Amino acid sequence: MDKSIFLTVLAAGLFSWGGASPVLAQSPRPPGEVRAADFPNDAGDAVRVEWELSPDDQPQPAERLVVAYEILRREAGEEAFTRIGEETYQTRSFKDDGCTPGASYFYQVVALGPDGARSPAAAAGSPVTPVMQYFDFSQFWFGVILLIVGGSVIYFIQLARSGRELKVRPIAGLEAVDEAVGRATEMGRPCLYVPGILDINDMQTLAGVTVLSRVAGLTAEFDARLDVPTCRSLVMTACRETVEAAYLGAGRPDAFNEDSVYYLTDEQFGYVAGVTGKMLRERPAACFYMGAFFAESLILAETGNAVGAIQVAGTAMPSQLPFFVAACDYTLIGEELFAASAYLSGESHQLGSLKGQDVGKVLGGTLVVVGCLLSTAAVLTDAALLNQVLSYLTDHVLGNQGW
Amino acid sequence: MNLTEFFRNLDRRWIFLLMLLSILIPLLFGLRFPESPSPMVLNVRSAIEELPEGSDVLMAWDFDPASRGELSPMAAAFVRHCAYKKHKLYFLTLWATGGPLIQESIDILNREFPGYEYGRDYVNLGFRPGGEGVIKVVVGDLKKLFANDVDGTSLDELALTRNLKNIRQMDLIVNVSAGYPGTKEWVLYAATPYDLEIVGGTTGVSAPSLYPYIPGQLTGLLAAIKAAAEYEQAVIDLYPALMENDTAQEGLRRMGPQLLAHMLVILLIVAGNVIYFWERRKGVAS
Amino acid sequence: MKRTLPLLIAAVTGFVLIGAHFVPYTQSWGEEAMIWFDILAAIAFILGGANLVRLNLQKISDRRAGWGYAAVTVIAFFLTLVVGMAKMGVHPSAQFPQFAWSGDYVQEGSSFWFIYQYAFYPLGATMFALLACFIASAAFRAFRAKNTEAIILLSTAFIVLVGRTYAGTALTGWMPEALQFDNLTGTIMNVFNLAGNRAITIGIGLGVVSLSLKILLGVDRSYLGTEE
Repeated sequence: MDKSIFLTVLAAGLFSWGGASPVLAQSPRPPGEVRAADFPNDAGDAVRVEWELSPDDQPQPAERLVVAYEILRREAGEEAFTRIGEETYQTRSFKDDGCTPGASYFYQVVALGPDGARSPAAAAGSPVTPVMQYFDFSQFWFGVILLIVGGSVIYFIQLARSGRELKVRPIAGLEAVDEAVGRATEMGRPCLYVPGILDINDMQTLAGVTVLSRVAGLTAEFDARLDVPTCRSLVMTACRETVEAAYLGAGRPDAFNEDSVYYLTDEQFGYVAGVTGKMLRERPAACFYMGAFFAESLILAETGNAVGAIQVAGTAMPSQLPFFVAACDYTLIGEELFAASAYLSGESHQLGSLKGQDVGKVLGGTLVVVGCLLSTAAVLTDAALLNQVLSYLTDHVLGNQGW
Repeated sequence: MNLTEFFRNLDRRWIFLLMLLSILIPLLFGLRFPESPSPMVLNVRSAIEELPEGSDVLMAWDFDPASRGELSPMAAAFVRHCAYKKHKLYFLTLWATGGPLIQESIDILNREFPGYEYGRDYVNLGFRPGGEGVIKVVVGDLKKLFANDVDGTSLDELALTRNLKNIRQMDLIVNVSAGYPGTKEWVLYAATPYDLEIVGGTTGVSAPSLYPYIPGQLTGLLAAIKAAAEYEQAVIDLYPALMENDTAQEGLRRMGPQLLAHMLVILLIVAGNVIYFWERRKGVAS
Repeated sequence: MKRTLPLLIAAVTGFVLIGAHFVPYTQSWGEEAMIWFDILAAIAFILGGANLVRLNLQKISDRRAGWGYAAVTVIAFFLTLVVGMAKMGVHPSAQFPQFAWSGDYVQEGSSFWFIYQYAFYPLGATMFALLACFIASAAFRAFRAKNTEAIILLSTAFIVLVGRTYAGTALTGWMPEALQFDNLTGTIMNVFNLAGNRAITIGIGLGVVSLSLKILLGVDRSYLGTEE
């Protein structure tokens, strides 16, 4: 018998014989069988410890005899067990993620009662050695789906490069960019470009910057004034580079004014106050909102409307789309924003990526339809096979239980 | 100027004034209405209520003073509910301006639950920059980013956090958020990959984008002041002593202005359409 | 070189991190990359702050239109910066009483807390509250029953606006349960809105994958600026 268990049992026996300790008299009974096993799909630094609940750990007791479980660990070669964690009552497992790959560990679980009472320790039968896995199989299906979608995008880009003609439907919001900049030029008023309020690591901001490239090219060509207030310093830097490149591309590097792209503040409503104030003072004739927006979307768009600007918005924030649709002349909805760079560039290989996206849509749509049909059929027939297929689909293919 | 022309060219400041009055009047007259909790609100309540007493709950307060008016009633209701259940509370925020809002919640604990002790029953981890990056780190190793609490005390010195390795040890995540980073990020980077239970509270405008995650990835969601009021009522139903506490009924109090403001918006839509059809008919006639 | 190097960094980092997601040993690399980004973004704030101060000082010195606002901006910027960094009025923390600056910078009663509580908080709340006014004016101006789709939109808006208040219960309490506006609002939000949102979200997800690949492969370089 393990030394500490022996001592605990001995101590418990002595006190209970004497009948002198009310604390130990209320000690809960120990947990049942304890099992320890290597945690799957990890870097070999974790072990899962499972146990059967102590008989005193009842779901709805009048008085709770077990308040927690203490998990103890001893590495092979060490003398004593040390406490590594605690779980609340009615819990059956614990993940020890502080292990060293290749080392062997022994585990014990102790049920804790109120007032510090402890049960004798229950020990796992054999030592466990965590092993590192080289591939996370819980991500298997995610990898497959990523390969299909990513592979399709790359395949169609290559297909377009080889000269295959690809057709893309017109996107009204992007067609309107030229019209808006032209109008601003005619009226002699500036174009305002707002690249959202998130940083450059957000894909919406990046997508917005590609539209800025087009807008800046047009303002350079038409000799219109461009104003780009930003909410993040890195976005300011990226926008400056983009605008400069666009002016260079239009053959007007002399017209590029570095100060037309400037930083206001990271604070959401401070930024909105700054931008709307500028709108009211300078009355831009065209306003573009492309990127990630939150509550400020309506404030910006309504102010733009009040100054009589033609407004084009694009965002992948579904909650803000209704506001832009209501207050702007044109709105790029979700994926249209991401398609903007391909669409505006007109380069056939960029358009290929849009076709690749369609494969993803077909895959997503198929999964939705198959899932709905299976769920309906499973409810109507209660067939075990259908339920199994359905749970495989949700837990494995779309979940993280691997193959 | 005839009436249609007046309305067509109406200065929007008149509308702003009407909105101000529709909010001010019910507040001044203390207009209140009964609320019955919806199934969604009851789901949120159950997530906290059905946890065993003394469970570990992460309180992620990702909002700022701007949205405090809409979100503080639900944040306060979450705190009171958890405190009644004697849960262990771990406060943190991913918003630079969220720190003082955590302090408001802690003030509630200090004022109304004197048995709650700092370091034993709750801890204020404060703010860390980095948005979802913080979440991705704390699911693996909390102390890598939060080595100390907000006062600089090492987490290894506090009884509550001494054995805390990461937030996967939490029994529930409660997130009140006004945008990014917020509930969506907690769902995507903590709750879903590590199978953690999470409930959220958010502004009305953010709620529609979070519904797709319910119930598989997000147990329940309180959307805007209406849900906050219902949740307050749901908690009062369980703990009637709160009826005596006026500050625990902020959401319920704010439903009066909400009713009148919604009615005003409906009236404005109707007025706008009446003008539209009147002008169209005139246009056809001429 | 100015474009090639960033492109190379983006491609290598991107593809390595995608691969790292599937290898348990390297799964934490993504977290490390996020920390690197945060450090970069924090340093970049100096760029932004310097730009803000320079442009506003220029505006004041040139007496350009709106220079008064620029003056307010510059004063507020430096006031907040100095008060926050010097931790004015902050008492030392109980943990390290010997260090005058050991307290939290937003400690209650400190000068920074005063700015937060009596300037930042009411100003932020005012801007957010303006939304109510803008929603009202947008409702008056933009919601027109022009065609069938607009009529459906208007009817839905009516049900949700009423259903989100006590009026929903009071006015439609006599109806069958499923048709009562508060329940109907739940159905609209949880069924129709949810389905639409999911479709948009799937489209956005695919758009993100596609754009990411284009950037990693160097197909889309419009964000990188010029070679010169």
